[in-house]
Amino acid sequence: MLALTAGYINFWLIAILLLVGFYGIIATENLLKKLMALNVISVAIILFYLNLGQKAGGTVPILPPGVEAGVTEAYANPLPHTLMLTAIVVGVATTGVGLAMLRKIYKRYGSLEEPVVLKEMRK
Amino acid sequence: MKKVTFFFLMLMAVLFIFVSLDLAPTDDVNSPAATHVSPRYIEEAHEETGAANMVTAVLADYRGYDTLGETTVIFTAGIACLLILDVRQKQKW
Amino acid sequence: MQKRFGSSILDTAIRLLVPFYLLYAVYVLVHGHYSPGGGFQAGVVLAASIILVNMVQGEEITWGIKKQTAVILASLGTFIYAGIGFIALFFGGDFLNYGVLPLGDIEPEVRALGTLGIETGVTLGVMGTFIVIFNLLTGREE
Repeated sequence: MLALTAGYINFWLIAILLLVGFYGIIATENLLKKLMALNVISVAIILFYLNLGQKAGGTVPILPPGVEAGVTEAYANPLPHTLMLTAIVVGVATTGVGLAMLRKIYKRYGSLEEPVVLKEMRK
Repeated sequence: MKKVTFFFLMLMAVLFIFVSLDLAPTDDVNSPAATHVSPRYIEEAHEETGAANMVTAVLADYRGYDTLGETTVIFTAGIACLLILDVRQKQKW
Repeated sequence: MQKRFGSSILDTAIRLLVPFYLLYAVYVLVHGHYSPGGGFQAGVVLAASIILVNMVQGEEITWGIKKQTAVILASLGTFIYAGIGFIALFFGGDFLNYGVLPLGDIEPEVRALGTLGIETGVTLGVMGTFIVIFNLLTGREE
């Protein structure tokens, strides 16, 4: 039981984080909070990928000076690190687009609460 | 409504825990993610690309096309912001 | 930023700090082959230093990068990246295959130089885009 928990507790915590993000998207009515919940989901997925790249006893995937070729067991998998590095920066940029849209919505409808915005749209 | 949402999220949590048992455990040296392409990256990246930092080697050399796409996405996001917020409406052109 | 955030104390402080930020960003960029770092991180550090100046000095900004310049820099960065790919095409390699560039005889070193070139492009692109987004989100309504 302890071995099972030690091997999978990270995945379960990440699943909880993902569900917190889902709950935020579904249950909140403020559009800014929905955007924040989307970012929480993004963080959960980033953590999931990084978790897949770990190895017991593996260090950062950078060769120390003087070492010419790495041993597979001694370094963490560099591929998830690479993919998530770009995903973080792209996430910030797309959040910027979302904030710009929110600012436009606030300017036009005077509120970011979803019921108010929907009511104004039907007028 | 919030109770229904909460119920479905609990259902998803149970499903996630059930499905996660099929994944390789954390720190597994023989997991699928660690045995297909990553040995090539770790063992030959420095020899082939001249970068001791394997993340840089994968980012800019092995998967340079991917990174070109990411850079284009970031640039497009900036231009989209410009188009959303910086439009002058009463200009002739 | 519409309103300035800082006082003259903060203004003096960032005048001392920002050069070191810029130097550190260049270090992160050019040392990315041998230590944690690379184009994306260097771009974010550069953008953070410029945004710091923007936040402290507000609209009456005396130095920094304007929005128009930042758009040009972002375009230039993406152009450098794609351009190096096309240059490799002209020298007989595949798209983005830096090994064929005429920069030396040892192939791994040539590849490292090509990598540095595209990382410079990524740095400019990320920096320009982030400065543009920040300026737009905090600026005055048109």
